[in-house]
Amino acid sequence: MIIEGGIVYDPINGVLGEEMDVSIEDGRVVEESRDGEKIDARGMLVLPGGVDAHAHIAGAKVNTGRIMRPEDGRRGTEARTKLLRPSTGYTVPNCYAIGYRYARLGYTCAFEAATPILEARHTHEELEEIPIVDKGALTLFGNNWEVLECVRDGDLEKLAAFVAWGLRASRGYGVKVVNPGGGEAWGFGGNVKGIDDPVPNFGVTAREIIRYLMRANEALRLPHSVHLHTNNLGKPGNYETTLATLRAVEDIASSRDRQVLHVTHMQFSAYGGTGWRDFESKAPEISDYFNKHDQFTMDMGQLIFGSATTMTADAPLEYGNARLLKAKWSNHDIELEESSGVVPLVYGRKNPINAIQWAIGLELALLTEDPWQMIMTTDHPNGGPFVNYPEVVALLMSRSKREKELATLHDLASKRSSLPSIEREMDWNEVAIVTRAGPARILGLAEKGHLGVGADGDVSIYDVNPEKVDPSKEHEEVKAALAGAKYTIKGGEVVVRDGEVVAVPQGRTYWVDASVPEDAEARVKADLVEKFAKYYSIQMSNYMVQDAYVTRPRVIRAGVI
Amino acid sequence: MIIEDVLCPFCGCLCDDIKVEVEEGKVVGVKRACRLGSSKIRGHERIRAPMVRRDGELFETTYDEAYDRAARILKGAKRPLLYGWCSTVCETAKKGILLAEEVGGVIDSTATVCHGPSIIGIEEKGLSGSTLGQVKNRADLIIFWGANPAEAHPRHTMRYSSNSTGMFTPEGRRGRKVIVVDVRKTRTAKNADKFILIRPGTDYEVISALRMIVKGKGDLIPETVAGVNKADLEEAAGMMKAAKFGSILFGLGMTHSRGRYKNVDNALSLVADLNGFTKFVVMAMRGHYNVAGFGQVCAWETGYPMAVDLSRGAPYFNPGETAACDLLGRREADAMMVVAADPASNFPRETVEAMAEIPVIQVDPFPNPTTFLADVVIPTAVCGIEAEGTAYRMDGLSLRMKKVIDSGLPTDEEVVENILDRVRRLADDN
Repeated sequence: MIIEGGIVYDPINGVLGEEMDVSIEDGRVVEESRDGEKIDARGMLVLPGGVDAHAHIAGAKVNTGRIMRPEDGRRGTEARTKLLRPSTGYTVPNCYAIGYRYARLGYTCAFEAATPILEARHTHEELEEIPIVDKGALTLFGNNWEVLECVRDGDLEKLAAFVAWGLRASRGYGVKVVNPGGGEAWGFGGNVKGIDDPVPNFGVTAREIIRYLMRANEALRLPHSVHLHTNNLGKPGNYETTLATLRAVEDIASSRDRQVLHVTHMQFSAYGGTGWRDFESKAPEISDYFNKHDQFTMDMGQLIFGSATTMTADAPLEYGNARLLKAKWSNHDIELEESSGVVPLVYGRKNPINAIQWAIGLELALLTEDPWQMIMTTDHPNGGPFVNYPEVVALLMSRSKREKELATLHDLASKRSSLPSIEREMDWNEVAIVTRAGPARILGLAEKGHLGVGADGDVSIYDVNPEKVDPSKEHEEVKAALAGAKYTIKGGEVVVRDGEVVAVPQGRTYWVDASVPEDAEARVKADLVEKFAKYYSIQMSNYMVQDAYVTRPRVIRAGVI
Repeated sequence: MIIEDVLCPFCGCLCDDIKVEVEEGKVVGVKRACRLGSSKIRGHERIRAPMVRRDGELFETTYDEAYDRAARILKGAKRPLLYGWCSTVCETAKKGILLAEEVGGVIDSTATVCHGPSIIGIEEKGLSGSTLGQVKNRADLIIFWGANPAEAHPRHTMRYSSNSTGMFTPEGRRGRKVIVVDVRKTRTAKNADKFILIRPGTDYEVISALRMIVKGKGDLIPETVAGVNKADLEEAAGMMKAAKFGSILFGLGMTHSRGRYKNVDNALSLVADLNGFTKFVVMAMRGHYNVAGFGQVCAWETGYPMAVDLSRGAPYFNPGETAACDLLGRREADAMMVVAADPASNFPRETVEAMAEIPVIQVDPFPNPTTFLADVVIPTAVCGIEAEGTAYRMDGLSLRMKKVIDSGLPTDEEVVENILDRVRRLADDN
């Protein structure tokens, strides 16, 4: 296949809006293609396929969201066709809708952000049903008893061996840490108040858990860094916890050419104020810190007005949300491993807190100077559903759009944030970084996020001419073009044409198989045998995700030997 | 040969520690399972061959003819109902949903006559729950409400709840308090520290009274509520607030007495209220080993956990209108496929009468009263013994069921797939 004459942005390979051809053969980008299929992309924007590094798209809490929200299911209903299964849902779409909607946006890869090992089988059952996109799942480690005990005992080698085992058991891709220590405390209805508050019954602190897991992550040379949801997330004044967390790990070095820590959905962790009354943005402080520390990355967690379904392993946060909003509340604690919660809510333009939150996400993205440190996300469906990515990109590219939106919001959004004064407007190269090249590099996906020879043949083509359209002024046109790709090409196959899904191939699932010294693995196994005998409610032999649940694996090797 | 850690295909406990002894392709011994599970694993009367009804009588036939008849019935129907899915694996449910899409049918599970009201309660309030291991390791108060695990889930108390031991519960039963709320003194009640006898159909009032006491409004409560002394309710509420980790495990006594989903809504609200004071979780004691699994699969495939009408190509969910009993009660369904369930035994009489008037296809390893109504009967391998696949335990945990012997019979999944293939071919012919 040859994609002819498009205006290509491929930041990893230094291509900045050049008119050029892209050739794909056998699913990969090649120098020159021999077969005849030609796609005319003249006058159109050509990007590598989009990569979503953080979204809640599969597993127990996503399905809990669907089951408790039939009212959401009714939104976004589309009947089946000869090719497609039916779609339902807006914030919690069914599996098919997830795949189709990503493809229509020009996204070809999406990672589920949080799965407990014990329930990873369920996560993979859903990932298998999501069509078209490649995918993977990050595995939760921050409240696991084996982790807490290794940290307590100062046994880094055993911890690394457990992380490797946990990734294999869950067929997981990376180390996710959510409210470290707080999830265990929630087992008896408690929480931790900050990074130095000891976890009940284990005596370790979040500071220690994060540091040890980061060191284990780097000892294993995993493709992705630790992916952290900070303590105190969602609370006024939490930017201090966020900055204290980052300062606590400044001395840890990355083992690979990537960040040493990814802090996720930063919008929820950049709050000032002593309570909701004096709630304000501290995005400038956070971005300032990032501008001086290039070893860290973040994603936005941008808020979208309207309906959202919050879902997180931070169960105490969800309990707080439900109490505050008098909303429906689901909670699910997972023996020895995690807790989690789901609460539906509506973000309102005239709600002062929501309006400030909206501004914070944009401030973070625009005040952080290096786009390689930033990923565009909505923490789907916590900040809002991923189908709103074109809206977010349009906001990043147009100050006039931001001003127009600000005028419709509660006036505290302008008073308690620096957004009105921010002039920066991202260009197409920066957009390509924060939606493709950056997330691929941050996840450590070598064949994603670029169009160099050997890259996956994943390309999105949008009917917008970067040489003619001025995104600053013509943001509506930009948004419309991004919302329905002219073509999405996945592994060299056209899957979307003129905004409609035309083919439904099955994507692959990434997971990481990390090797560790045999004696360390044996020590972990001995611990686990005891834990299964005494504490787990299932047998160890039935625990690990079987190969039947990952039918198209893409295994990335890592480890210490 | 002894096969370890086999999953039991009987109740929602989905015990995964069963030892099965196999000799010459037959199960000859079962260890650790309860009598209910053991009886199923050892095997009992089976449907011998595919059958079709002619002139009012069932005659043995080939699988091909049975598939063909089934496909023609479904394809020819205007309002086919595809029902069951509780005693089979998730892989069957996936194919079943696709078949329902293909024939424009309504798909529903046994939850409709079981914990369906619980699901509607969850839609109203959400559910604060946990895995069973969390109860095992932490719970110092367990309340069985309208549930009798001693009879229905025999290993529940030992493995997961009142009599289990764990990290923070080393003393097991001695370190715990157990309350049973029921309309009669069950075997489970005999093991309780406190038994509260309520009048049938008064769950809602009793839960409301407990909520008021928990929230400090007990002075508004009369001296007796639904035949229960106020002092007993105050004592129970005191035990709930004093617990470090409390749990309410409820059964059909709550969901199928007067009030139905409103009872569950109220119980879920009580648990949410209690979390303002201490840690509390709540869980439905699901009956069949994978009835929870159908709800999960149906939710991620269609967006809804049960009672999904696919006649317009887009999923439509409105229990009361689109549940199996609704369709039969209105004499609306004109064909029915029953997979791994027995509605003839469990449905209201008038709906069973409606079944008798329409063509019924049964897919099941075992004969049951539904067989007497069926026009096509297709025997299958027993999931978890003769076929592998996924099942979801009552707490939503998924596990992989093993195949321990080979029956030579098609699996439920294969049968549904065969019918689906034929339905598609009939569509092409038209």
